Amino acid sequence: MPESRKGPDAATQPQGGAQGGLRDSSLKIIIVDESPIRAAILEDGLREAGFVQVQRIDETRNLLARIYALDPDVILIDLENPSRDVLEQMFQMSRIVKRPIAMFVDHSDAASIQASVDAGVSAYIVGNLQKDRIKTILDLCISRFNAFSRLQCELDEAKGALAERKIIDRAKGILMKAKGLTEEQAYALMRKTAMNENKKIAEIAQSVITAAELFK
Amino acid sequence: MKANLRIGYIPLIDATPILVAVDHGFAEAEGLDVEIVREVSWSNVRDKLNLGLFDAAHMLAPLPMASSLGIGHVKVPLIVPFTLALNGNAITVSPALYAELSHVVDGDLTDPRVSSRALHRVVADRKARGVPLVNFGMTFPFSNHNYQLRFWMSAGGVDPDEDVQMVVLPPPYMVDSLTSGHVDCFCVGAPWNSVAVDNGVGHILHFGRDIVRRMSEKVLAVRDNWAGDNPDTLSALIRALAKAAAYAEDPAHLGAVCESIGRRIGATPEIISRTLKGVLKVTADGQTRSSDEYILLERRGANRPDKAHAAWMYADMVRWRQAPLTDDLRLVAENTFRPDLYDHALGHPPSLDVIDPLDRVGAFYGPDFVASGIAGHLEAWHLRHNGRPRLHVVR
Repeated sequence: MPESRKGPDAATQPQGGAQGGLRDSSLKIIIVDESPIRAAILEDGLREAGFVQVQRIDETRNLLARIYALDPDVILIDLENPSRDVLEQMFQMSRIVKRPIAMFVDHSDAASIQASVDAGVSAYIVGNLQKDRIKTILDLCISRFNAFSRLQCELDEAKGALAERKIIDRAKGILMKAKGLTEEQAYALMRKTAMNENKKIAEIAQSVITAAELFK
Repeated sequence: MKANLRIGYIPLIDATPILVAVDHGFAEAEGLDVEIVREVSWSNVRDKLNLGLFDAAHMLAPLPMASSLGIGHVKVPLIVPFTLALNGNAITVSPALYAELSHVVDGDLTDPRVSSRALHRVVADRKARGVPLVNFGMTFPFSNHNYQLRFWMSAGGVDPDEDVQMVVLPPPYMVDSLTSGHVDCFCVGAPWNSVAVDNGVGHILHFGRDIVRRMSEKVLAVRDNWAGDNPDTLSALIRALAKAAAYAEDPAHLGAVCESIGRRIGATPEIISRTLKGVLKVTADGQTRSSDEYILLERRGANRPDKAHAAWMYADMVRWRQAPLTDDLRLVAENTFRPDLYDHALGHPPSLDVIDPLDRVGAFYGPDFVASGIAGHLEAWHLRHNGRPRLHVVR
């Protein structure tokens, strides 16, 4: 945006100085997240949205010192992180802190706080950043965090399905050997038992394995 | 009556009344179905209570007041109808700092007057030699861990904001930070002091009760409007907690309670038993110290919210520039504590019991505490910070 007009706070934002896009893209954003995958997903999202100065902190030892050294405009932290309490201290430190820090909460915006807590992320803003300017970032965080949770769920389900598959295969083998059944017959037997007892096939298969181990 | 409750807690021994109420059937006996949710930070507990994701929560005693006053965060009026524990903190120092203190001490280090003077010498000596400041770990800006460390060191002439570094550390990180030398000393609740001693990386210098003899440490907090909407549920919860606290402190149940609490908070039953009995190993080589008021879960009227404690913590907030001093704000702080709701739930007449200590607080220095005389106390404590408060009060 070469033809950008000078904004009112151009002096404090030398690289940007424009309304909107360019100025916001120069915001320095720090992500504090112990999950490297989720942090990467979030970082990608922010970069795609045009924020170029994004950094990740995955080691929370000496967190305050690290944050001061990086001097960010926005700090994003996951709610599973015990170090959130460390950030709360920044609201009141007088000596080291260069600029005031506030959590992105506002009486006027309960819905967005609720959404961010539900998603499991919290944002802190540094300096006199306008709250509406962080809204884009927070919305992006919320959607990426939610996307990550969905992925995690799907992954857990896939892992669970794979584990069930293995249990059923093992139980089939045991039944085939013990009762001289074919694979289809062994499976049909377990399915019938599961239906009769109102259980999942995997549960019946697990009982078969447990029983076989007891009889060993 | 609303019967399903979600209660947030941090895995610490002073969550015991909540955990025992659930695990030993006291909540169920009152017709409550309580889901307890383990949290990792006080900020999370506060936000989820404020937003209504929790009905009630285990909280640092000053935190509901900070929320009601609107300092440091969004203003959400919270109330305290039940005190979960009095005391229970300890100040633990690294072996290196202990050696430095022993080197310059002029008396018995177990006396906080003596140890705070020794600390002042160590701090001055480090400054003179250009050695890094002493670092102190505590759990939250609005916590008695913060206030007790400050009260102790300032008695010896150390300015906590200028002469040393105070850092917030989540309790599970305390021991690691002491081991790595990130901090030289910390103040935290049980079981973390004992864990540091058992790991050979810490020496318990003082029990919290050596600094302030009787102080609300953790409380049950609920939203003021929630309490108004659910009076019967709240009364039932208070009764369940009172019975659970009494049960937990009865020596006959010690074994069972230590087992169930140990599972909930991830500590050995042995460490929990030491804490509840108030017999703590204070050095790696096995020296012990004991106090029957190291932690009080129910004994000596522990559960009845004490407005004198609220005023004391408000005085701490003022002293350390978290809040301005006005009578209005003091009353907001005091009225966060609701002994009337406690009495109502248990069918007690308002308590007229004489409390020991007589000023209900028992600080190790300064005149007896008088809630209406905070200005005088600030003078007596030689307040050096008399500048404007750093935090805004949302009105």
